[in-house]
Amino acid sequence: MHSPLLSILIWLPIAAGIGVLLLGERFLAAGRWLALLSSIATLAISLPLLAHFDTQTAAYQFVEKAAWIPRFKAFYALGVDGISLPLVVLTAVMTIPVIIAAWTVVKTRAAQYFAAFLIMEGLMIGVFSATDALLFYFFWEAMLIPMFLIIGIWGGPRRVYATIKFFLYTFLGSVFMLAALIYMYVKTGDYAIASFQALPLTLVEQRWIFAAFMLAFAVKVPMWPVHTWLPDAHVEAPTGGSVILAAIMLKMGGYGFLRFSLPITPDACRELDLFVITLSLIAVIYIGFVAIVQADMKKLIAYSSIAHMGFVTLGAFVVYEIVRTTGQVQGAAMGMDGAMVQMISHGLISGALFLCVGVLYDRVHSREISAYGGVINTMPIFAAFMVMFALANTGLPGTSGFVGEFLVILASFKASFWYSTLAAVTLILGACYTLWLVKRVLYGPVANDHVAHLTDLNGREFIVLGMLAVLVLAIGIWPEPLLKIMEPSIHHLVTQAVATKLPV
Amino acid sequence: MTLHGMTPAVPEIYLAFAVCVVLLFEVFVGVKRPGATSTLTLVVLAIGAALTVRYANIGHHAVLFDGMYVTDPLAFVLKLAGFLCVAVALLYSRMYLENRDILRGEYYVLALTALLGVFVLVSANSLLTVYIGVELLALSVYAMVAFDRESGIAAESAMKYFVLGAIASGTLLYGMSIIYGLTGTLDLEVIATKLNTPGSLGVILGLAFIVVAVAFKFGAVPFHMWLPDVYEGAPTSVTLFVGTVPKIAYFALTLRLLAHGLAGTSADWTLMLTPLAVLTLIVGNVVAIVQSNLKRMLAYSTIGHVGFIVLGFVAGTASGYTAALYYMLVYVLVALGAFGVILLASRKGFEADKLDHYKGLYQRDPLLALVMMAVMFSFAGVPPFVGFWAKLRIIQALWETSHLGLVVVAVVMSVVGAFYYLRVVKLMYFDAPPENLPATLRPLGPRLVIGVNAAAVLVLGVLPSPLLDLCSRLIQ
Repeated sequence: MHSPLLSILIWLPIAAGIGVLLLGERFLAAGRWLALLSSIATLAISLPLLAHFDTQTAAYQFVEKAAWIPRFKAFYALGVDGISLPLVVLTAVMTIPVIIAAWTVVKTRAAQYFAAFLIMEGLMIGVFSATDALLFYFFWEAMLIPMFLIIGIWGGPRRVYATIKFFLYTFLGSVFMLAALIYMYVKTGDYAIASFQALPLTLVEQRWIFAAFMLAFAVKVPMWPVHTWLPDAHVEAPTGGSVILAAIMLKMGGYGFLRFSLPITPDACRELDLFVITLSLIAVIYIGFVAIVQADMKKLIAYSSIAHMGFVTLGAFVVYEIVRTTGQVQGAAMGMDGAMVQMISHGLISGALFLCVGVLYDRVHSREISAYGGVINTMPIFAAFMVMFALANTGLPGTSGFVGEFLVILASFKASFWYSTLAAVTLILGACYTLWLVKRVLYGPVANDHVAHLTDLNGREFIVLGMLAVLVLAIGIWPEPLLKIMEPSIHHLVTQAVATKLPV
Repeated sequence: MTLHGMTPAVPEIYLAFAVCVVLLFEVFVGVKRPGATSTLTLVVLAIGAALTVRYANIGHHAVLFDGMYVTDPLAFVLKLAGFLCVAVALLYSRMYLENRDILRGEYYVLALTALLGVFVLVSANSLLTVYIGVELLALSVYAMVAFDRESGIAAESAMKYFVLGAIASGTLLYGMSIIYGLTGTLDLEVIATKLNTPGSLGVILGLAFIVVAVAFKFGAVPFHMWLPDVYEGAPTSVTLFVGTVPKIAYFALTLRLLAHGLAGTSADWTLMLTPLAVLTLIVGNVVAIVQSNLKRMLAYSTIGHVGFIVLGFVAGTASGYTAALYYMLVYVLVALGAFGVILLASRKGFEADKLDHYKGLYQRDPLLALVMMAVMFSFAGVPPFVGFWAKLRIIQALWETSHLGLVVVAVVMSVVGAFYYLRVVKLMYFDAPPENLPATLRPLGPRLVIGVNAAAVLVLGVLPSPLLDLCSRLIQ
């Protein structure tokens, strides 16, 4: 009997968050340290998961199961496989920079700020580690509340509009997913995701369920054309909110596709794969163009997130096209591998970029690109980091951004020359908007007095960006351990995704 | 019938007796010491709950008084819930009544007679008992709405309530008379055995009148017009009472009358309830969006929730009734918290009923803001709050009966509903408080109870199993 690591990962941050809340603004100093130490402890506890993870099996590991609602046969059931484990660890990793970045920067209701992020960390880990659909949904929705408050309380001038839009968009998607889950529960009699995956469904049922899932996950990813909440939410959210939103919450959409859509409605996915691929390619290309013209740094990165997440959905659904064209299941795994690596990589890179913007915003209080210029003259260390993350964002080999995109492009080449060509356009577009951003913000002569008086990174900021830089490079140079962890699960997922579930 | 055979009816007998005691107490002691009656009433309720547990908890189905009266585990639990609900409501109300100089014993007497009406309805097994319960409850509540006799708007809404309520009572009676004419009996259990062919014209006619009356009592569209006016016009303590306690009774009314007594014709009345449920969901949730008065907004929100409860009956199965029961209990629990916050945010000469009065509530009173946030997210059906399970249970019942269209309406309307609940959270947490608002009330007792109330909303949301199980057991 092993110790309930996943439960600790979920409830430790939540308990710490409540602790910080109780300490309140009066004992903020203690609360801050509690927040930091508990987030570090969470990461530390997630490391044994990596160390003891059996990379030979696709089964759930570190499984926990306790009665929750016996009448519905819904269990407090946790477990991770190669798909969820990296995301759990990513969540644990990304919360630390958020806490450190806000250390002295957040001035109002700081204790609540830390508490909200800690509680959210626990809930997000819950989303990735729940193996019971009802528990999954419970965490999935509960997480909206802290995010709603984070954007609404600490956000920018249009925060109310942005946060309500964010909440309603995601809520609308989710309730349809809930309806679909309950529908399947009525058929199977329990809420285990595995029994939903095993449930035979007619094509008509699958189409409806696919549509419901699509609403939930496409909004979360977000895919064009339901992406419009994201730029608003990102622009208005405080730095930490943007980081978590981009790094983790968007991944939930991708995770949902992999965990629910593909294995539960494989026939509908096969039928409608072109639809998703088309939307993904639109996201990659059209949103790439949209990103170029943004005048607001956060908005630009937000649009770049949408474009990059297009690769995730493309990689997941191109599997069907590969099987259709080549008739081989084996090669299809590459697309999924790419999708997964892209999620992890984008989590790190977009989080880091938002932190970079946060560093500038804390000093100048503007997110407008035009308010900057020549930052490199006054902030050389910062500029080095930002250039690195920007290059990673464009998919430079040697960074994690390259691995994911390359795998997806390679996989889509197997399906069709045109998919890969269109997807590869992102390499050009990504370079356009990212490098042009870098050029305008960092290079050139010092643009104004604000920039002239900038001070370079302090130790706190250096640690945060340095930590992410190391990870981005590590995955870029040596993605093998990550791919190894995912391999059996991805393989299993591909088998499930290409099988048919039509009742005979 | 021996005296011993009457023990399951102890709650009603006790309550009728207690009403007289409280009335006399008020005349001799209460006039000299205002507030004493209030304390006595809480004691009365506590003793009543204890007696109910001792005598009415018989654990099986039993019929008393020649088939007029039925008691079963469901009745027992609903009566306990009634005691609890009235006690909490009165506790929240005391300072509010004091501040408006209407802390008088009659208020408590009326609350107890209303509760007696609830009990009679909960245990009704005959058309006559049903009608007595309905009237006893309704008359007490009409008087409570008009209790603040200085207030013109309260008098107006009481009048509106009374006139429309009387019409509804009339239709109920008329529908019952048709059913009686068809079956020749008032006993609901006998009616259930005699009426088992849906589609006959006479039954449909009788049902139509009964359904209209039930819809009126619940506040289902298009029979909802009284509800926003009464909620807004009545003193907030009465709004709290009207919004919670009678819901228990009207659930029981629908269950005993339609779901049990007229079970054989469920094909007819579910068909009648379906458009009502859809309209109720849509009108309630959409109209709530444009309200600027919190009490009025909560009135429309109530209508929206009634839509969900009616959906449970539309399913027409035991699972559906369980869902409706669960939804009703959850609604009562959450609504107690919502109106409790309004009561505690109000002061002498200041009614905190505008949405704008809640701007920056977090800065002014973190506890009330926290309670209100839990309540709002629960109403919206967002986990980890208990309202989520209520919605889930209804949707499940609808899927079991393959009502795809109704599922879609229900989930879309819960998103529409989320919008105005979020707006309240937005006001409390994102906006700065205006300068000139008076401080909130800080009596220890009610604040403690409202804290527990909110904690229950959360705890029952995280661990929903006990209440879900209870509801399933109560409805076989």
